[in-house]
This record gives sequence, C-alpha cells and structure tokens, in this order.
Amino acid sequence: MALLDVENLGLSFAGLQVIKELSFSVDEGSIASLIGPNGAGKTSVFNCLTGFYKPNSGEILFNGRPITRKRPYKITRRGMARTFQNLRLFKSMSVLENVMSGMHCRTRSGPLGAILRTGSQRREEAEIKEFCEFCLDFVGILGEKDRTASNLPYGHQRRVEWARALATKPKLLLLDEPAAGLNFDEKQQLIELIKRIREELKITILLIEHDMGLVMKVSEMITVIDYGQKIAQGSAEEVQNNPRVIEAYLGREEDEVV
Amino acid sequence: MARIDSAAPKTGDVAGTGGPLRWLDSQKNRLIVLTVLAFLAMFLPLISSNYVLEVMTTAWFYVMLCLGLNIVVGYAGLLDLGYAAFFAVGAYTTGILTSHFGVNFWLTIPAAVLFSICAGVIIGGPTLRLRSDYLAIVTLGFGEIVRIIARNLEITGGASGLIGIEKPSIFGFELNQIFHFYYVFLILACLACFVSYRLQHSRLGRAWQYVREDEDAAEAMGIDRVAVKLYAYVIGAIFGGVAGCFFAAKMTAISPETFMFQQSVLILLGVVLGGMGKIPGVIVGAFALVLFPEVFRDLGSSRILVFAIVMLVIMLYRPKGIWPEKKS
Amino acid sequence: MSIQDILLQQLANGLILGSFYALVALGYTMVYGIIKLLNFAHGDLYMIGAFIGFLFLSVLSPLIGDSWVGILCSMVLSMIAVGLLGVLIQRIAYQPMLSAPRLSILITALAVSMILSNAVMAFTDGEYLAFSTDLGYEGLEFGNVFVTYTQMVLVGAAALLMTGLYLFVHRTMYGKAMRAIAIDQDACRLMGIHVNRIIALTFFIGTSLAASAGIMAGAYYGSIHFFMGFVIGLKAFTAAVIGGIGSIPGAMLGGLLLGLLESFGTQIPFIGTEWKDVFSFGILILLLVFKPTGILGRTEIERM
Repeated sequence: MALLDVENLGLSFAGLQVIKELSFSVDEGSIASLIGPNGAGKTSVFNCLTGFYKPNSGEILFNGRPITRKRPYKITRRGMARTFQNLRLFKSMSVLENVMSGMHCRTRSGPLGAILRTGSQRREEAEIKEFCEFCLDFVGILGEKDRTASNLPYGHQRRVEWARALATKPKLLLLDEPAAGLNFDEKQQLIELIKRIREELKITILLIEHDMGLVMKVSEMITVIDYGQKIAQGSAEEVQNNPRVIEAYLGREEDEVV
Repeated sequence: MARIDSAAPKTGDVAGTGGPLRWLDSQKNRLIVLTVLAFLAMFLPLISSNYVLEVMTTAWFYVMLCLGLNIVVGYAGLLDLGYAAFFAVGAYTTGILTSHFGVNFWLTIPAAVLFSICAGVIIGGPTLRLRSDYLAIVTLGFGEIVRIIARNLEITGGASGLIGIEKPSIFGFELNQIFHFYYVFLILACLACFVSYRLQHSRLGRAWQYVREDEDAAEAMGIDRVAVKLYAYVIGAIFGGVAGCFFAAKMTAISPETFMFQQSVLILLGVVLGGMGKIPGVIVGAFALVLFPEVFRDLGSSRILVFAIVMLVIMLYRPKGIWPEKKS
Repeated sequence: MSIQDILLQQLANGLILGSFYALVALGYTMVYGIIKLLNFAHGDLYMIGAFIGFLFLSVLSPLIGDSWVGILCSMVLSMIAVGLLGVLIQRIAYQPMLSAPRLSILITALAVSMILSNAVMAFTDGEYLAFSTDLGYEGLEFGNVFVTYTQMVLVGAAALLMTGLYLFVHRTMYGKAMRAIAIDQDACRLMGIHVNRIIALTFFIGTSLAASAGIMAGAYYGSIHFFMGFVIGLKAFTAAVIGGIGSIPGAMLGGLLLGLLESFGTQIPFIGTEWKDVFSFGILILLLVFKPTGILGRTEIERM
C-alpha cells in the first residue's frame, strides 16, 4: 500500500513553473529516492510535501488522507519528518535539547503542569529524555548529548538532525541530501544507518540525493525529475539505462557537438 | 533550500560577555551576590525607613512586571511595546469591581486574569501569525487604545481615574502599612521568579527557545509556532494583570496617565538591561530601573533620555545585558 | 451646512491629513523594503524635522520673512539636515545590528526613538512651541466649502514630492539599485552595487520626506511638540500596512486612504474625535487579520 501518494502536483512562483504535474508514490516500508539534476525542483517537492510551500494544484495523500496545503507542524504530527539540506539546528542549544524538540508534538503537558511539576509532567519529561537518548544512541552520538549543537563537527551536526527527526516518531522520513558534505567513510555509515532506520524502526524513507552511487545502493524505487517534471521511474537499473535520464544528466549529444 | 529566509534568526554569538562587568561572569561571585541580597530583602523592613521601603516595594513590583514581559520578550523573542496595557487591565478590573460593585479584592484577581487572557488572545491571535515586527507595532497601538478607552469611559473615571479603592485584607487583617505591601510584593516577585523558572525549564519553555532560534525548523519539528507564541503572550499578560490588581490595591487610586507608552518602555528596559531571558538578569534590570532615578534625583525629567542612551549602548556593546545567560 | 458640504469639507481635511500620513509612511516603507527594519524612530524624525525647520525659520525670517519663501527655504534646509541625521543614525545604530537577532535591532530602533523625543523634550522643557507663520487665511470657496491657499499648497507640495520620489525610484539607476537591494542584497553586492551607499541614500530620502511632512504639519497646525511624532509614527505605519508594506505607491495610497477614513470616520455618530486613534488602530488590527499584505503588497512567497 502506498504511504505517500502525490498526484499531479504543480507549483509556480511568480509565473515560473517549478513543479509540473508531478505524480509519484512511496510504498510503506520502502526506501525511495527523488533524483534529478541541479535546480530540477527536488527540494521544492519536499517543501510542498512538508507544508512549507503551498502547491498551486494537485493533491498529496499521506496514509490515505489529504495533507495538501496543511501547515508544516500538522503534517509532522501526522507522521512525516524531514531533515534540511543546509542544517537548521537550534545552534545555541544542547544536542539533547535539539533532539527533544522532536518529541514536542508527541507530548502534551502545558503551562500548569510545568508550574506545578505534576506527576504526569515529570513522567513525561523522563519519557522525553529517555526516547531522545535512544534516538541519539541510534545515530551514534549519545556521548555528545550535552554539547552545544553549533560546536559539533559537521558530520555530527547532520546526525543531530536525523535524531531530531526520528524523535518525532515518524512513519515517513524525508532526507534532503543527507550525504552532502560527508566523506567516503561517513557515506558508508549513512547507508548503514538508512537501512537500519527502515529495518529496526520500521520507518519508510524518501530521500533526495545527488550522490548517484548512494542512491543506487539503497533505493528500491527511484523517481527522476527534470524541470519539475517526472522523466523516469523505476528500480536503479531501469533508471540508469533510461535514455531520458542520461540525457537530463549529461545533456544531448547534439548539445555537445554545438 | 530554495531561499534562506532573511528573517531567520542568526544566533552566532554577538559580542557576548566582557567589558568592565566581567567579574559578574564568574559563577561563585554571582552566588555570593545573590545570598547577600536575599538576606537583605528578607529583613529590610526591620532596618530601613519608610522611604526606603516605599522604593523597594516599587522595585519588587517592577520585578514582577519585568518577569512577566520577559516571558514574551526574553523567552519567546517577541517585542511587546504595549505591556502597560495588561497592567492597566488588571488595575482597572480591581478598581472598577471594588469601587463600583463592592467586590472583595481577592475575587477581582481571577476576573483580572480572565480579562488579561481575553485581551492577550484578541491582540496576539491575529498578529502572532505575521512577522514579529507587526506584533511590536500592534502592541504599541493596543497600549494606546487601552489608555484612550480608560480616559474616555465613565466607568473608568475618565481622565482623573478612580480613587478610593479599598485596601485588601487577609482573614480580617487589613493591609495598610507600607511594610505589609513590601512583603506582599516581595512574595509576588518570588512567585513570579518561581513560575518563570519552572516555565523556562519545561516543554513549553524549550518550545519558546526553539521558536526564538529558528521558527521554520521548530515548525518542521511539529511545533505550532503560533500557539507557542500565544502561550507566551497570554502568560505574560496574566503576570501584568495580576501585578496591576495589587498595584491598584496599594495605591488606592489609578489614572490613565500611569499606563502611558513610557511605562511600557520602562518595563521593557528593565528586561533588556540585565539580559533578556535570564531571571537574575531581569531582577537586576528591574532594580536598576527603580533605583537609578532615586539615586540621581537631579536628572528629573531627562531620566528616560539617560535610560534610552543606556539601552542603545547595551544593545550595541553588550547585547546580552549586564547579566547574560551562560551556556557551556 | 448640508450633508454634502460636510462631506466635502471632510474630503479636504482628509486629503491634507492623508498627505502627511503618506509622506511619513513612505519613509517607513522604503526603509522596511530595503533592510526589513521597522524604524521606530521614523515618527521622531518627523518631529525633529518640524523643530529644525522651526529653527531655520527663526533664523531666516528676519532676512526673507516667514511666508512662502521663508518656509520653503527652511523646509529644504530641514530636509537636508534631517536626512543627514537619518543617515547618521543608520550608520551608528542600525548598521552594526544588521546581523544581530531581529529583536535586538527592534529594541535599538526603539532606543533611538526614545533618545530623539526625550532629547527634544529636555531642550524644550516639554512645552508646545508656537510655529508662527505668515501664510494668511485667503482661499477659494467651493460652494459652502472654504479651502485656504495654504491647504492647497500643502497637498500640492506633498503630491510633488511623491511624484518626484516615484520618478526617482522608477526612472534612475539609483532607484533601480534600491529595488534590487530590496530583493537580494547579496546578489547586488556581487553585481558591484554599492549596497551601503544605496541604503544610506534610502535613509536620506525616507527621513527627509518625513521631515518635510513635519515642517508642513508644524506650519499648518501652528504649534510643535516633542511628542508629535509618536502618534503619527503609528498612523504612518498603519498607512504603510494598508497600502502593503514595502510598496511605494502603496504607502501613498494607504496614507491618503487612512486620512480620508479618519476624517470621515469621526463624523459617524458615536465616534467622536476622542475615538479617532482607536478607530485607526482598530482598522490596523482588522487589516492584519484579514489582509496582512495590504492593498498593493505582494503576497510573500511562502518561506524557506
């Protein structure tokens, strides 16, 4: 069954059509990828899915229910979490506090509970801490939990973002260029991590990526877009051999002659 | 990201600590200062004149107001330029209910809380969805509206205000001496500290900080930024409203001129002086606010000018206040 | 007077009030457009404009009289002086804060506003100063409605300034640079635009327009006061929001509209002049609820 269903999505800014009648779906429990050359509109698709952009047309169904044009926090509550291409951590807060932000939408204690420190409030705080530490441990940086986020090395900051996204207890995790800026070893670890998230946490994954090697290794279903339009879809092999994909990435032969 | 929002807070450390007040950055020195001050506050009525008590009572009163505004400005990072309006809502609620309707003082407090919440929701609800600048100017307008309404209605006593508000009593014991009120406001200030502290270190307090640092990331984490800001705005309003109730009871008379724009600016200054978002800093700021004009009496009407220059210098050279928040 | 005459009279009043609002709103909108700063001190610069104009007029009037020529000269001088003051404020107070958190720069702007108004208060002991001029009370009669030449000249001068600004922004390289910076400062820097110089120019123009409104208001109402910039600052912001903040024609339109709304609004039964300010702030709040982008403002593209 499809966990995410995008139908005829369209988005334009001031007359510029960024996404054109894009349709694709992500099956529950799969690892899917959205790829395309620079400026193809991949991040715009993510922003539409997560509610940061309001698409002009089309429909997005998540878990069978429409989420088109809903506010981002509501979509996250429905179970869709994301990471950002250029990190968006709460820089002056500790790593643990950063991850705790993810649990916000899964907990409920309000001002009265906070002032009176009621039993349920304290239980909830303990629960938040425990789950966030689990998430940090899962991505392998539990030891860094008390450091200020901005003081971490880049690769670790990325992991804080993943832990933070995992702490929202998502059904679907959207990763925006997770391998950008990582070295070879870190990329290998990333591949492991993506697989573990799916196997151990049962979370479906959709990623945007430039690194073709990584995409081909992990994804079961790849959607290729160019100029906001879908040009191919299929397994790694199918996509690799698709002439339109090759054309989009390498340019037409005529172009090179010219 | 297609476009980095120009409004995204840039949290790189601005100047931070330093300068002639560097010795305050040491944890031990701060603790010593605090202990001495706490003792002084407790036993002050035994050793001081009525004049000193009067000034100190006002200081505790401002501590409460500044802590209330600190929730809005320091915790949630929203600029409220009409905070005196909530203070006015509380004061007039008590004034009107006790003098026109003979309601017991203590019963006016829940009414004031209710009105403050309503006012907070009416102003905050629509504006908190927009850029933070809009809130600043709308609250400024709101402060004026409340003052003009108080000036022009009959029930609020018009321009001359309300007089003869009854002093409250507890179990038949009437609060009428200045040292009674000293302790009342000391207790209120401590309560305000306690509530502020608990809120700051809670799920909601963290949410305020997330929203303050990066609204979009907070929203992506499933935090309803409008609701979170509205909480801050309304809780701040309640602080102001309750402080207003006790202000009316202490003064027994209130007039619209108490709630001018300058009042809102003074309270904001208290928050900024000591370092936004940090409870001891706000207390220091509130005291500086009250004690400064008492010490430099000759300044007279130009004290706001001096304050404003101090505020500008602080923003330019020590943006985190005299007593900034510490982070490892 | 018949209803029709009252309405006509209010139309004249509204246009004058609206011209002042529009001139002040322009500076708000220009500064906001270019560096996304709500310059709280803007209303105070209007006030300073009136005071400096008054100063120049007192010096000049023995030489050239305090009629049209005297006022025009002192207005030009005051516009230049206050414009430079605006640039100075931008350099000292705002420039270092541009990369600080938003809240800090807003508080800085507030501090500047307090410094300006309280400094003038200290100089004048908080008194009203009589802004005496010799403009006369002649005018033209339209039916039962009497409009003085002064009123006509004020509206004419405001219209002239606004037209000049519009042409400047849309027909010159400087104007083009301003509009470009409002869209993307970094890109402008890369294209070799002197960003800081253009920002300074924007402050100069914006504040000198406010100063021109200040001196005109002083001459028209006959008295000036250190607090005169506070309410008009708020109103001008309201006007800028009505028109769509960041939009120059929007500020003009919003200013005129607010002036008209106020002068007609106060004619509605139960809304006397004492409720005038409540009426306009009420409009502001309603507007922010239903159409925060204003009449001519563009919908901000969703964030990120």
